[in-house]
Amino acid sequence: MTATANATRVGRHGPAPAERRLDRHRMWVVTRTELRQLRKSRDYWIPMVLLGSIFFLIVPTILLLIITRVGSIPAVQQVSQTLEILPESARSQIRGDDPATKTSYALAVFMFAPIAVVIPLTISTAVGAASLVGERERGTGEFLAHSPASVREIYLGKLIASLVPGYATTLVGFGVYSLSVNLIVGPDVGGWFFPTAEWLVMMFWIIPPFLLLALSLVLRLSARVRSTAAAQQASGLITLPLIGIAYSQATGTLAGAGPEAGWILGAVVWVVASVSLHRGVRSVTRNRLLGVTQ
Amino acid sequence: MHRQEHPDPAALARLDGVTHRFGDAIALRDLSFAVPPGQITVLLGPNGAGKTTAIRAITGALVPTSGEVRTFGLDPHRDGDRVRPRCGVVSAKPALYERLSGRDNLAYAGELYGVRDGLDERIDAAAERFGIRDALEQLVGGYSTGMKTRLALARSILHDPELLLFDEPTSGLDPESAHAVLELIREMTHDGRTVVMCTHLLAEAEGLADHIVMMEGGTVLVAGSPDELTHRYWPHPVVHLDAEDGRLLDRIASWEGVVAYRRDPSGARLELDDIRRLPDLVTSLCADGARLTRVDPHQPTLEDLYFTIRRQASGRAGRDGSHALDPISPNGVQVPVPPTGSDPTASMPRIDWPEHDGTPVPDGGNPR
Repeated sequence: MTATANATRVGRHGPAPAERRLDRHRMWVVTRTELRQLRKSRDYWIPMVLLGSIFFLIVPTILLLIITRVGSIPAVQQVSQTLEILPESARSQIRGDDPATKTSYALAVFMFAPIAVVIPLTISTAVGAASLVGERERGTGEFLAHSPASVREIYLGKLIASLVPGYATTLVGFGVYSLSVNLIVGPDVGGWFFPTAEWLVMMFWIIPPFLLLALSLVLRLSARVRSTAAAQQASGLITLPLIGIAYSQATGTLAGAGPEAGWILGAVVWVVASVSLHRGVRSVTRNRLLGVTQ
Repeated sequence: MHRQEHPDPAALARLDGVTHRFGDAIALRDLSFAVPPGQITVLLGPNGAGKTTAIRAITGALVPTSGEVRTFGLDPHRDGDRVRPRCGVVSAKPALYERLSGRDNLAYAGELYGVRDGLDERIDAAAERFGIRDALEQLVGGYSTGMKTRLALARSILHDPELLLFDEPTSGLDPESAHAVLELIREMTHDGRTVVMCTHLLAEAEGLADHIVMMEGGTVLVAGSPDELTHRYWPHPVVHLDAEDGRLLDRIASWEGVVAYRRDPSGARLELDDIRRLPDLVTSLCADGARLTRVDPHQPTLEDLYFTIRRQASGRAGRDGSHALDPISPNGVQVPVPPTGSDPTASMPRIDWPEHDGTPVPDGGNPR
């Protein structure tokens, strides 16, 4: 062995390879292929569509129709009275003259907020949890490990592929929800009222970083665990608290704190998500794609 | 079949003193071998010999614990983005996306490997070459094992790699499909590609390998071309003879050109310095009244080589833990290695059969 060869010996403790420029096309190829597989998996997207339909369309429509059409029932009166516990800033936003209208407005704007948080997190983490460990289980991790794609391109490609279905479902569901509440409640409150500024902040500024944060954690898990089942279990542990935090923060932002609070909350979560993403890239290694012990 | 062995510096890939540990287990132990360009190198060894790990090290998919790996003269760990696009890999499992069509699988690989222009044409050509053109639009989940292997092979050449690495490509195939796959692999070297193939099946390596790296326990037992290895371990042609009266054969033990002679109830086994002596030897025996019932020039197979080497390696490992090997004769006796390039027939003397008293020669002994 020559001195030169000794100098360039590699090993676990050897110098890390220089960071290569991210090839966005290659990253997009990974994303596109993941999405193509999901699209061809009915067992995946049919439950996803059902979940979105139930929480964005069926449940809100039925509840709002009952309240607006049968507004004099005691239950509606009671719900209307409980609106008094909302912060003043929230109460002042509620439109309508009678209890039924006020109740339907409050439900439409404040009470269904968690749906917009829970659905994308649920769908995206389900996809993300299976993504890396799934490659290993199917043996396709070997193909990726030998391919020219960098681990960063693979990680980000899979992250985007996990984010898109959940977020897309939420955006579509949100559109349908907006349409339905405007059609059902709008005539009683003087026209189209939804989405409010707070909702727009939540949809486009708060939810995306929460999703990224959850996915960065779930993909790290997916890279480390030995089976998809274990990844699903463990991702539940991560996403449930996150859903709780997102739920409370989103509801609080919507119910009185105002759009400024939403901007601040979103900014904080974006920072946390960025750090988590940066760290998450390191969790994907070729060894893990191969499924071998480091 | 065998082309010129290339010197080490020209090797397309080279592992030098590579060790890799998986936790407490050692997968590769001071492994060193070179892959000559333009040839089929077969990594031959039992399961767990470290063949797959060696292939992973060559592409940089796995970073060895210590040692040096060079592929195309580059460090695949640090320069993986320059090494991997030049490699095509078929792993033991075909590693295909079963929810995608064959075309989608090939397109995915093509794009990952940077094929931007004429991808569809390349996909069609590769599929045509491997006989899966008609199944290209079907989901891979519905493919047979043979079709999956063919698709994986097509995927491996899509980006026109210089180095092809096949890890047990016939695993799970029926004999007919396996034969077809091996033929396809052989064809791939016609256009100058270099192939590294792992197998534990001797029949696959036989007739396919230009260069054999026999592995066990993560290290190399022996490496070289099949002819070179056979000659190293069996420097003399071996012939099995038998006659109605076996005792009549014993006289040849001291004849010129007979390097070794042994007889047991199953017949006589002799080693000649040149196989071209055999016709004269048979003629002389018949002239002496021997009624021959068997004349069988034995060409040692890879199987003979494999088991001889493994037997010796096991013996060595048991004695001193060393994997170093010495050439041995087929009956387990050390024999001298002939000088490289020597031609035993160049100065072959005319056969002049001597008289012999018929005394059997001890096993492995040289009667002269």
